[in-house]
Amino acid sequence: MNKDKTLVQIALYAALIAALGLLPKFNIPVAGGVPLTAQTLGLMLAGVMLGPVRGFLAVALFILVVALGAPLLAGGRGGLGVFAGPTVGFIIGFPFAALVTGLMMQMLKKTSLFVGVFIASVVGGILVLYAFGIPGMVAMTSLTFAGASKAILVFIPGDLIKALIAALIAQSVARAMPGIIPSR
Amino acid sequence: MISLYLSHSSWLHRWPAGIKLGLLAGCSMMILPVVRLDLMIALLLATGLLYTTLGDRGWRHLEMLRPLLPFLAVIMLFHLWAASLYEGSVSVLRLVIMFLLANLITLTTRMSDMMAALQPVFRPFQWLGLSARSLALAVALMVRFAPVLVMVMNNLDEAWRARGGRKHKWRLIVPLIIQAIRLSDHVAEALTARGGSSGITVRPQKNQEITNNEQR
Repeated sequence: MNKDKTLVQIALYAALIAALGLLPKFNIPVAGGVPLTAQTLGLMLAGVMLGPVRGFLAVALFILVVALGAPLLAGGRGGLGVFAGPTVGFIIGFPFAALVTGLMMQMLKKTSLFVGVFIASVVGGILVLYAFGIPGMVAMTSLTFAGASKAILVFIPGDLIKALIAALIAQSVARAMPGIIPSR
Repeated sequence: MISLYLSHSSWLHRWPAGIKLGLLAGCSMMILPVVRLDLMIALLLATGLLYTTLGDRGWRHLEMLRPLLPFLAVIMLFHLWAASLYEGSVSVLRLVIMFLLANLITLTTRMSDMMAALQPVFRPFQWLGLSARSLALAVALMVRFAPVLVMVMNNLDEAWRARGGRKHKWRLIVPLIIQAIRLSDHVAEALTARGGSSGITVRPQKNQEITNNEQR
């Protein structure tokens, strides 16, 4: 693919992830009262829509701009402070979540788009993200591994809903623009 | 641009970004092993004092802690449950101090200076064929188009509400993505028409000075 096109795609997708985090409207209310933002939904969709490499780069660019001082993380957080906070593991895990989601999409070529996106999002956007996030919390808060895992459990149902929504969105986008999803 | 940077000047603004980042790394390393509550409280007061020296009621910027509070509360609860109030207070304070120190740099360093200071970090990417120039362009494009996409989203939302839509707002992400894809196609074409991401290569001509300037 054309180099300019790749570059612009990566930059605009990073902007899309930022826009999803800036919109309080997208807080998805879930039982338990933990509000969910659409930002991690953006990570799952980055891997799906752009493929593993460009998805990784788009999310990495987003993280870089956050580190440079833009308050683009959900809740208006940003700057170097977030890299000293309890959620640093998640933030570092963001690009890898998109990478694995993209890789899973390539592996799940034979399944239907809906099922493929759901499974890829669960593996990339939940398993991989938490594999980075929980050790990050342990390192920053001196909680035990089990304690940190329990603290994070409340987010699992919401994340499963997000994976489902990612699958619905991918399906609708693919219907509107056939051939837009790289692994299909 | 949306940034946490403080526009007025202070003594910390004048320090080079690289030195500030180095000091931050050093301070964080020193704070991590501290387990005494009295030391933590002293460090917190010292950090608060640093904020007040920023001038123009610098301590007001301590409110940036607010989005962190729910996390801190959860961490405290788990410490109370698994360990003790003492340990909980120490680790919550440690997080607060490290967050505030890092934030201090974000408040007093321009985005462009930060980017220049981070150049060595990007060097591995240059070996992969990603030039510093394309990276700068990607950052600029993202910073420019984030508000554009927020605007697109607001338009979609208004139209959705005008049609009586209330629930399932996540459905609007579909047209948002489609518009972002179309927008990226147009921007890519415009970029190619203007010489592409690597810029127009200028062949050496008679007027050497102008050529050199353009190549820079």
